[in-house]
Amino acid sequence: MSTITTEELSATTLLRFATAGSVDDGKSTLVGRLLHDSKSVLTDQLEAVQRVSADRGQDGPDLALLTDGLRAEREQGITIDVAYRYFATPRRRFILADTPGHVQYTRNMVTGASTAELTVILVDARNGVVEQTRRHAAIAALLRVPHVVLAVNKMDLVEYKETVFAAIAEEFTAYASELGVPEITAIPISALAGDNVVDPSANMDWYGGPTFLEHLESVPVAHDLSHCHARLPVQYVIRPQSADLPDYRGYAGQIAAGSFRVGDPVTVLPSGSTTKISGIDLLGKPVRIAWTTQSVTILLEDDIDVSRGDLIVPSKDAPATTQDIEATVCHVADAPLTVGHRVLLKHGTRTVKAIVKDIPSRLTLDDLSLHPHPGQLVANDIGRVKIRTAEPLPVDSYADSRRTGSFILIDPADGTTLTAGMVGESFAAPEPVKDASDEDGWDF
Amino acid sequence: MTATVAKAEDGTDTPYALSHLDALESEAVHIFREVAGEFERPVILFSGGKDSIVMLHLALKAFAPAPVPFSLLHVDTGHNFPEVLEYRDRVVAAHGLRLHVASVQDYIDRGVLRERPDGTRNPLQTVPLTEKIQSEKFDAVFGGGRRDEEKARAKERVFSLRDEFSQWDPRRQRPELWNLYNGRHAAGEHVRVFPLSNWTELDVWQYIAREGIELPEIYFAHEREVFARDGMWLTAGEWGGPKAGETVEKRLVRYRTVGDMSCTGAVDSDAVTLEQVITEIAASRLTERGATRADDKMSEAAMEDRKREGYF
Repeated sequence: MSTITTEELSATTLLRFATAGSVDDGKSTLVGRLLHDSKSVLTDQLEAVQRVSADRGQDGPDLALLTDGLRAEREQGITIDVAYRYFATPRRRFILADTPGHVQYTRNMVTGASTAELTVILVDARNGVVEQTRRHAAIAALLRVPHVVLAVNKMDLVEYKETVFAAIAEEFTAYASELGVPEITAIPISALAGDNVVDPSANMDWYGGPTFLEHLESVPVAHDLSHCHARLPVQYVIRPQSADLPDYRGYAGQIAAGSFRVGDPVTVLPSGSTTKISGIDLLGKPVRIAWTTQSVTILLEDDIDVSRGDLIVPSKDAPATTQDIEATVCHVADAPLTVGHRVLLKHGTRTVKAIVKDIPSRLTLDDLSLHPHPGQLVANDIGRVKIRTAEPLPVDSYADSRRTGSFILIDPADGTTLTAGMVGESFAAPEPVKDASDEDGWDF
Repeated sequence: MTATVAKAEDGTDTPYALSHLDALESEAVHIFREVAGEFERPVILFSGGKDSIVMLHLALKAFAPAPVPFSLLHVDTGHNFPEVLEYRDRVVAAHGLRLHVASVQDYIDRGVLRERPDGTRNPLQTVPLTEKIQSEKFDAVFGGGRRDEEKARAKERVFSLRDEFSQWDPRRQRPELWNLYNGRHAAGEHVRVFPLSNWTELDVWQYIAREGIELPEIYFAHEREVFARDGMWLTAGEWGGPKAGETVEKRLVRYRTVGDMSCTGAVDSDAVTLEQVITEIAASRLTERGATRADDKMSEAAMEDRKREGYF
């Protein structure tokens, strides 16, 4: 890869993406190739890998050593947890949430996908769409990751046949679209041979689409603000109380969705007080408009009571506040979540006491059927939950806003993060709740 | 289906996307403000190195026009570059900040810590650091660590819970979902917070250039008396170099990281401006740690092992 100029570097945007893959589908090879071909594996790192591989009597460098960073991972040859990797091309910077592919993957994939704008689902071309692929698609749909890439890997092992790729792409696209995945791009690759990863493949001239990297570089990351509900969770009240700024009172936060302009009539929730935006400071300098993911400080015309945990919203587009939340959750802790569990719920910048009132169903990821009243959710389970909160919260549907429609549950005793929650209707077309007769087949 | 790009206010095609530096800056500011909102006694680890300088700059922006609501903590190895100490004191005074110092030399003088045979003091920082955290009852400790630095750090959370012994247990980390950071901790425990987690070395340099942030002069090429050890150029000084057989020579060098003089190496360079430094890093085939840190080469899991003990 050619040298990147300073001008090119400053014009780039940032794409966060996550990989989902099972053991042996070639995920490490793909990640290794991306890192390697984008100059993100540097000489000293490669030398370290070569040294250790040679010490162990291996013939060539074991590229898994680049990504498996912990002692236990190297000893056991497994990946324990999500790792974050960084690489860049002249067009874009990338943050890759590299999620492990072993059996207990659901919570890791949920963690990686929660901040991702794109998810890569790998499929072995010889095996096609398998159970694991459907689980990955379901989680991507559940987390509402805007873009999904189906990477049909190991094309070299199926003689680079277009028919093999087309059949897999068609089956996956039909399945994922039904789940509500908004955008699906299928790319035939060989991570090992390098086909269509960074460079176009000479072996698949029937494929006219972008290479894997080209697609990552060109996926839009801008937000369509016209359909967004503007939301600002108040993080911190800035009051200098200095001689030159005796009356400055600014409400600091990262805009969770939409945009705000000076002059907008706004409502502060949960109190319901209304006023207008008199000024917006973007990290020290005044602006007229600010939009999602910018960290700003908002000044209000009236001296009303606003504190950390409040949500500032446009008066014409305020969410209802409620103490009864229905959500789809992924349980991420080792101890189970049970009906009657007393927890803390963190939503935006507000943490409130809450109680799990009901667990109406658990999702069987294999066939997306719902298992009624499971009684509890254990690690990696996805289920529907009804929660009563001690104070009213202004929640959006996760379908409308990934930021203000999400929450976490925390164990008040030891602070453990228990559960990831997504408010509102479930992601898939509602399936009839089936009988609780079959217990087997979903122990992922 | 492709997302439509909203038009900017002036009617041009500028989408509502943030540049990668704006996105990283906004995320880091969010992290600083979360800590200010949720913790009682946060502190920023400040070494006078570029990462901690960027952290302080971000903290200043996060709370403007009010002052930064945190104090600073420097773990002083006793083998500091004089230019860096001078810079540290000047910055602290300019912003009216409070500086705590945990001194490795004090611990050695009191006989609590023993000088290592190789003279390297980096691993000795852990005890003064963790004891200072306990004695000052800091509950959130900002570090400038970046996940791109090292493979154990790639596994680090933004909010990283440490037990009462400051230990890191990579197998018991909390999943981090969305931007909902969980700062709950018991009395005696604290949380290490890494606002630059998602930054790379290049991001840090580009941000320094964009924001016009002043750095200690050792980051730019200058003539210096150095000697070679383990493939690195080390600065000659009272800390214990050169030894017999090592010869001092004058070279044009600069530093990519700032740490203890005994184990932080300089690189040959003629880059005297930020622009030249960025060009040099973009073309480099070595990581900053591989190029300049002896302590990370001690064993395959050197960083992980030190982090487990409480190192930052």
